[in-house]
Formats: sequence, C-alpha cells, structure tokens
Amino acid sequence: MSGAEKIAVTVTDIVPVNELVTRFEFKRSDGGLLPTFSGGAHTVVEMRDGDITRLNPYSLMSDPMDQTAYTISVRRDDQGRGGSLFMHTKIAIGDEMVISYPVNLFSLDLRAKKHLFLAGGIGITPFLAQIKQLERFNGHWELHYACRTQSLGSYVDELTSQHPNETHIYYDDQKQVIDLVRLLDGQPLGTHVYVCGPKGMIEWVRQTAAAEGWPREAIHYEEFLAPQPGKPFEVKLAVSNKVISVGEHESLLEAIERAGVDAPYLCRGGACGQCETNVIDYSGTFIHRDHWLDDAEHASGQKIMPCVSRFEGKTLVLDR
Amino acid sequence: MTIQFNEESFRDDYSFYNSERAIKRFPFPFHEDSYMYSVNMEQHRGGPKDSVYEKRFDVDEHYISEMRDRAIVLAEDPLRCQSLPHMTLAGWDLLELIMVSKSEDYPDLFELHRDGNTWRWINKPLGIDDTFTFLDDATLPYGPMEYITRQAQGDFAVLDQRDDNLWMDAGMVTTQADWSLDFDIGMNFFEWHAPVPLAHEKGIFVRALKFLLNIQQGAPARRLNWTMTVNPLLDTSPENYHKWGIQKTTLTPENIGAKQHLRVELQTFFRLPRSNALVFPIRCYLCSFQDLMTVPKWGRRLHRVVRDLPVELATYKGFINNRPMMLDYLKNFDDGLPTSPGIWPDLETEPPLQK
Ligand code: HEM
Ligand code: FES
Repeated sequence: MSGAEKIAVTVTDIVPVNELVTRFEFKRSDGGLLPTFSGGAHTVVEMRDGDITRLNPYSLMSDPMDQTAYTISVRRDDQGRGGSLFMHTKIAIGDEMVISYPVNLFSLDLRAKKHLFLAGGIGITPFLAQIKQLERFNGHWELHYACRTQSLGSYVDELTSQHPNETHIYYDDQKQVIDLVRLLDGQPLGTHVYVCGPKGMIEWVRQTAAAEGWPREAIHYEEFLAPQPGKPFEVKLAVSNKVISVGEHESLLEAIERAGVDAPYLCRGGACGQCETNVIDYSGTFIHRDHWLDDAEHASGQKIMPCVSRFEGKTLVLDR
Repeated sequence: MTIQFNEESFRDDYSFYNSERAIKRFPFPFHEDSYMYSVNMEQHRGGPKDSVYEKRFDVDEHYISEMRDRAIVLAEDPLRCQSLPHMTLAGWDLLELIMVSKSEDYPDLFELHRDGNTWRWINKPLGIDDTFTFLDDATLPYGPMEYITRQAQGDFAVLDQRDDNLWMDAGMVTTQADWSLDFDIGMNFFEWHAPVPLAHEKGIFVRALKFLLNIQQGAPARRLNWTMTVNPLLDTSPENYHKWGIQKTTLTPENIGAKQHLRVELQTFFRLPRSNALVFPIRCYLCSFQDLMTVPKWGRRLHRVVRDLPVELATYKGFINNRPMMLDYLKNFDDGLPTSPGIWPDLETEPPLQK
C-alpha cells in the first residue's frame, strides 16, 4: 500500500464559510480518538466519485491537540478537475470517508525566536493550526494575511477578534499590499518566515527574502499544486508491462493507480518527492509542474513526478 | 507471559546472563552467510510471537538491571542525556509514545491513566507511581525525555527534521557502540555518519535519509545493526574507552566463548506527532559466543560472516585484532552444511552440528 496510513471517518459538520470556501469536520467512524498532529500537517482525503477516485491533500486547520475531530477548509475551484466541486456538491453530513494520517511537510521550526506567517487566500488554513499550537506554548508569532475582498476573507473575523495584536489583514480590492521589504527588515534575529498561498506570492516572498539576505533555511513555504488537466497521452509502464492512457482530467499518478499498479505517493501535490519515477525512454516534451526536482533534473528527461506532471508526445516509458 | 527479571550487572563482576528464552529470541542479525552494509529497513509492525519484533518497545528480563546501569552512567556523566531547548515538545511526544505503547503492550507491568492533562503512570517493575500534568515540565522530576528514557531500555536519539535533513538535537545515550552524544549533538545525518567506512561511497546514507524523512505517523520502521563487545558491557562509549578498550586484550582461546559477545542493535524509527521530530530508539542485545553456538544455524553462519567480513568493517567495528582468535573458536561450529535463509533459529528444521 502506498501513501500514509488510512483512517475511516464520518463527516460530522459542514459549514459554508463564504461564497467559495466550505469547512468540513471529520470524526473517527469507530468513535475512537484521532492522532494528534503538528501544525502545518495535511491529510489526504479520498473522494469516490462514481468510478473515479481522487485523493486530494488539505491542510488540517483544527487544534492539533484536539483528538476528537479534524477540520479542513475546501475552496471551490470551478476550473479544476472536480475534487473541490465534489466536496462542495456531493458530500453531506453523515457520509463515511477515508482520510490519511496527518503528514507534515510544512512544520514549524521550533528553534525560531519568532514565527512570521504570510498567508494568501485559502493558504490561511495551515496557519490556523500552527497558531493554536504556538498559543499553547506561548510562542511568538505574527500573521500577515492577504485576501481578495472582505467577503472572501475566510476566518478574518475570528483571527482579528482573538489575536488583534498579531493579525494584520490586507484586502486586494482595497489595494492593500504587504510591505514585505519593510516587514522583513523589522524582524528580530532568529525569525522564521512561513508563506502559504498562490504560486506568485510564494515566489515573491522567496525572492524578496533572498534579495534581503535572509538565509534559505529561515524561509518555509507550502504550495499544494492541484494536478492540472491537459491533453491525453499514452504511457508504457515497463516493470508492470502495461500500456495506459492518461485522460484529460486525470493525473498520471491516478492513471497508473487506475491500472492497478501500486505507486508510491504522499502529498499528491508535487512537494514531498515520494512519487519520483525514473524515465526509461521518451520522445516528446515533459510538462513538469512539481517543486521537488531541480531545473537540471527537469531538463535531463530522466525523472518525472507523476502526481502533478504530464507529457506531450509520442512515447513515454516509465520504470514502474 | 510474565517476565522473570534478572539480578545482574554489566560492569565489574559482569554477572549478566541470558536465559534459554532470551537466547532463542535473540535478534541474530544475519539473514544470509555474508554481510555488507545496505539500506536494510522494513516496517515495524509486530513480528513472530515472543520475538523482539512483536511489541513496539520490547521489555525483557534485563529491564531492571539495564535501568540500574543507566542510572550509574548518568550519575557519573550527566552529559549522556541532552536536549536542546527546542526539543522539549519532542520529549513529551516520546513520553506519550512510550507510556501508551507499554501500557497497551504490557498491561500487567505498566499502567497509564489519563484524565485530560492529568496523567498517572504506574511502572510496576521499577516501583514508580507518579501523577503529573502532561506538557507541564515542572510536574516531573526530570525533563520529559529523561524521565521516560530512565524507564526504557536502549538508547534514544531524538532528531529534529528541517532543511531536508535530520539533526541530533536531543538524546539519552548510555549503551552505545563507541559514539558520543556530547560529540554528535547538533550534527546532521551526514555529519554524524562521517566515520562509517564504505557506506557513503555506496550511496547508502543518501537513500537512508530519504527514507527516514518520509517516515510518517502511525507507520514506524526498523533495522538491525551489530558489532562485537568483549564482556557484557552496555556502556562502550568513547568517554570510557580507557576502561573498556583494554579489555579486548584479555581474550584467550579458553575464555572467548564466555567473554566475547555479539552485540545487536534493534533500531526503530517513529515519527513524533506534535513536534514532527523523529525518534530513533537503539535497543542493545548482547549474547555470548557460547550461547549463540547452542543454535546450530547461527554457529555455522557466524563463522562464515566473521571470516568473510571486509577488513574495513572489522576495523571500524573494532575486532580486527581478535578476528583470528574468533575464527579459531567459531570454525569448530561450522561443518560446511548449507543454512536456511532468514534470521530465525529454525531449531526444528536445521540439522545439529555434524562434527
Ligand atoms: C536517524 C537515525 C539514525 C541515527 C541517529 C544514526 C546514528 C548513528 C551513529 C551515531 C553511528 C556511529 C557513527 C560513529 O562511528 O561515530 C551510526 C553508524 C551507522 N549507521 Fe546510523 N543512524 C541512523 C540511521 C541509520 C540508517 C537508517 C542507516 C541505514 C543504512 C544507518 C546506517 C549506519 C551504519 C551502516 C553505521 C555503521 C555501523 C557499524 O558498522 O557498526 N544509520 N549511526
Ligand atoms: S506525491 Fe508528493 S511529490 Fe508526488
């Protein structure tokens, strides 16, 4: 079996947060306690949609010490491949689902003297758990949270009422922007920066921090890429001796699994490295979308991360 | 089954011994007739009944005596237990993991009663009955890691995970095979493994680290490692090399069967939930050559492994000088018959010694 350990859960609450975001609460179906976790962890939710199974990662936003329930927030993506739409339209209270044990690819650096959180949109969710964790141990933190509009600002109200001194909100439609250079400049020694949000925001923070002379180890980021739709393509799996075709709306990893081949994975979002697969032969172009392989590896034509990356061309033979 | 705890020592008069049961369940580390470093890791999800793999943390007849020996080492050298300030949460994680595992796996020996954050821990073999507040350091006589590892056999390295590496930022290390926590504290996976021969070139540590970084909650892993120790010493530390190093020269053809011990480490790996740290318990098992020779398969195999081991490994493991004497002894237990695959004794199916 690939992926983390599984837990059978029941959906115990569904709360619309705003026009785009809905919150789901899960409890163990057997009535037992869920594992504790560390702030920043995600769970992979299995969605059985007819004969399609999707596994999407979502950050856990509940209190890490609360073992009675987990909560996640799902932002509806009308252009995506349907995972978030499935959660929004097909899931009801009382439904049984399977989720994975918590996996943390975005953990706090507990050596930090101060934690500076930069969130964009739905990227707020891992910070909600980290804030709860830090509050318990009197940790020193500060949040800068950019939202599109006031009505789309998920959890803004609870953050500003519970943590008025630590929370700073910016609304895009009011042309409010984080003054990053000044913010970074004013931080005490030993501050760690965490950013979660859209790709552009992550790049902006990483590049600005690097230009300001911040050490790479002090900048932490998490971006789950949802696999993007693309042109269908064919793949030969050399080890299992199968030829499969990857449909427009499924990922290469999903197509491999659909063919009954057990392939390793953890995050399904291009971040953890578990699904790394060797390319035996190809003629065509890779569409690499992961954060795991470096540029040289992307250019080499020897490796692919099937959870998010695709291929266009005549032949692709994988060592799987 | 209830465990009969031995009254024994790992120093001075070396009254340590293994019962017949302990010999049969000894984790013999060679699954074939030769040995080389490899990424020999598997899931740690139980194993054959009464084997050292069966429980998450094996408790055996040496428990009380080993804990007494640890207390002696710590009294002489408090730096065997260290925890950098950011590792306290990981210490609580470890305390919880051990208390929960032991009370579930050995309900007749250990009890854990939890009422919110008020926890009562009963350790019957050591006569402990403490009530404390979970996550409140002030309510325990030691830090959480030290408190619980004074009650758990084996060494513990607690690794912080960051920058795609593991950092030895805390540990309790009193039964080690010639390495020092005080020296390694704060080092990363490649730094503390630097002295190991051949394995770096084979890419073993790069692959091993990748595996470890991906160990997840609820899915622990394990591996075996081994070396040789003259006299049943738990504390073979660099700090005390002047005391035990010279004992290697006391080996004679007459006493080798009793004095020479195969030292096996059952190493396990658990992800810790609240801190996202990794804990690496290193549990040491000792068995004298003469006790090992009561299992015909192990006699045949140990001779072949020691005979064919690369010089670099025999040197690193510190027995290159004694190897000829070991082989003179071991060859008497090798009749040239083939051995069955795997580490288990296979007493019913393997033929007795044919000489
Ligand atoms: C995070 C967990 C680990 C810790 C804390 C750890 C620690 C150590 C230490 C302190 C040494 C002694 C080095 C010296 O001579 O000073 C050592 C030796 C060694 N380690 Fe690890 N190790 C870990 C995981 C692994 C893994 C997963 C492998 C897998 C291949 C491995 C392979 C080895 C080998 C082959 C040696 C040489 C042992 C011998 O020949 O006796 N280690 N390790
Ligand atoms: S599954 Fe994590 S990178 Fe592909």
